[in-house]
Amino acid sequence: MNADAWITLLLAIVGGAVRVGTPFLFVSLGECLTEKSGRINLGLEGVLVLAAMAGFAGSYLTGVWWLGVLMAGFCGALLALLHGALCSLPRVSDIATGIALMLLGTGLAFYLGKPLIQPQAAQIPSLPLGWWSASQQVQSALSINALFPIGLVLAALMHWGFANTRPGLVVRMAGDSSDAARALGYSVNGVRIAATTAGGFIAGIGGASLSLYYPGSWNEGLSSGQGLIAVALVIFARWRPWRCLGAALLFGGAGAVGPSLQSVGISGGYYLFSAVPYALTLVILVATSSTRGSLRGAPAELGVSR
Amino acid sequence: MHTPRNWHASAEALLLPVMALVAALLLFGVFCWFGGQSPVEVWALLFRGAFGDAFSWQNTLQRAAPLMLTALAVALPAQTGLTVIGGEGALALGALGCAALPYVMPVPGGVLGSAMVLASGALLAALWVALAGVLRQWRRVNETISSLLLGYIAIALFKHCVEGPMRDPASLNKPSTRPLDTSLQIGPIAPDSFLGDVHWGLVIGIAACVLFGAWLSFTAQGFSLRVVGGNARTARLVGLATDRIVVLACALGGACAGLAGAIEVAAVQTSANASVIAGMGYTGILVSFVARHNPWAIPPVAILFGGFAAAGSLLQRRLGLPDASVLVLQGFAFVCILGAEALRGRLFPLLTSKPAFMVVKTSTKRPAEKRADERAADKVIA
Repeated sequence: MNADAWITLLLAIVGGAVRVGTPFLFVSLGECLTEKSGRINLGLEGVLVLAAMAGFAGSYLTGVWWLGVLMAGFCGALLALLHGALCSLPRVSDIATGIALMLLGTGLAFYLGKPLIQPQAAQIPSLPLGWWSASQQVQSALSINALFPIGLVLAALMHWGFANTRPGLVVRMAGDSSDAARALGYSVNGVRIAATTAGGFIAGIGGASLSLYYPGSWNEGLSSGQGLIAVALVIFARWRPWRCLGAALLFGGAGAVGPSLQSVGISGGYYLFSAVPYALTLVILVATSSTRGSLRGAPAELGVSR
Repeated sequence: MHTPRNWHASAEALLLPVMALVAALLLFGVFCWFGGQSPVEVWALLFRGAFGDAFSWQNTLQRAAPLMLTALAVALPAQTGLTVIGGEGALALGALGCAALPYVMPVPGGVLGSAMVLASGALLAALWVALAGVLRQWRRVNETISSLLLGYIAIALFKHCVEGPMRDPASLNKPSTRPLDTSLQIGPIAPDSFLGDVHWGLVIGIAACVLFGAWLSFTAQGFSLRVVGGNARTARLVGLATDRIVVLACALGGACAGLAGAIEVAAVQTSANASVIAGMGYTGILVSFVARHNPWAIPPVAILFGGFAAAGSLLQRRLGLPDASVLVLQGFAFVCILGAEALRGRLFPLLTSKPAFMVVKTSTKRPAEKRADERAADKVIA
């Protein structure tokens, strides 16, 4: 490969990091909110798929992309609400419920989404941040998903909210000491259900980004484990919204390596490259987990970090 | 309330899953009703497609066989308290390992050769899933997440090998490995009887469930798994090698799922191709949860869900329902089964008096809190 090809490849990966990373960003922010309240929602994988379908359906039926995005968020919130409610029952583990919702969400999405495999829906617009450059490659790399800035604002808002607002502090209290929350008269289950539902809404927006921006259509292989990777991302990000952003971009970049190599004409080992994000997640999980004690920054009530 | 409590417990063990499954079927009927179908017709077709005649029984049993093994892949690690859900990936690796053995060494024909290809698949998958146990014990990586990630990686490896280095040039439309020699393939149990095409995989599946159930109940080693799962602190206090036992449970579970994949290749597909990856690993998770991770309860539950899967194609043909309708039914069943868990120990008090329900509720501890206690106790001991 010569210098030009390297630059093309690099630009494609940078552009891909934002393109592929946007859904990761939303799902990991949603999971971050859920986990801060002391529950883990593995069902975000199901939420992501169902929301991608719902977002596509909403946009297809109304012809307005943001209605599709809202629809996706709403469906995601609904499925997450089921998770929150089920986990509030005694002796129901949040991990098992997450697995159940993974199956239910994908099942519902595949069932209801059957008629949506062919048609085209109104897409989320892109912001041409590369207007200053004459180069086609720079322009295409910097034309980014309109939802991405919203994700940035959301990360900032969550970062600020967890430290400075009453709801943010209540969520953190429910996640760090349910006894303290109870003592102050808050319903721990109520807080967790609310946080899980809100997290589902945020993750649902990520789903819409899958079906309405990139890859930009609905099919059954749309998400394989991206919701689950996001759960691991939150551990890597140490439950901090800003670090979720960095982690999402890193994973977006890793996910973009395969398609970027294809764009410069290297197509061997396509499946191996598609496995890079999973392997990277695993490596990061191993590297960030400790053999003794709980993880730094982990909500104390959270099962996954024990 | 002077009835013996153990009677209540065993009645509940049967009643709760049955109630949950009935609730799931009701929900599914309502769901189809919203889609403009008659729920009665849906239920009738579900039954007919699953258990209506000899042909549907054959279909059901064929689908139940791998489910028994993939359910064991969840149930065995669950004895030690782990939730391992990488069955789908382990199944893919099992299929790959089975198809790959003739590539790397000459395999004798006949029963010995069949056993060798099956063992090769099981071994590969066992090592893979054991990794989740190793990561959990040595690095405290959450095994649910790691096993599913490992599963996705395994499926990617499978596709890479099947469509790349191991691809049979003769397989044009559907990339496959070279087919197994006919002498290595596994045939039907009794082709001329009512069993028809049902292959030896069913016998292997049932035998594995019975043997592992007996191993867990009647041997010291099997019992040690349950000690580790029940209370890791006690297990360490009595000198059990906790780490080794956890990894062993994961490896055995992986071997079962790998065996399922290898049998799919040796008995059904004759070569490793994408048809092997059909969601049986995920359904196995549900089967194990419905059976409460009890190997002896797995075969009937697997037959039930194998039946639903078999009925799926009938629903598709007759009513035009999407093939994902079975997934929806499975999703409902999983949610209902977990919800029913909340009623355990209070079904009968609930039926007789309301106040008893309230009293029990305040004293119930969430499992997470229990584990926190254990950890606190661990620290005191250390």
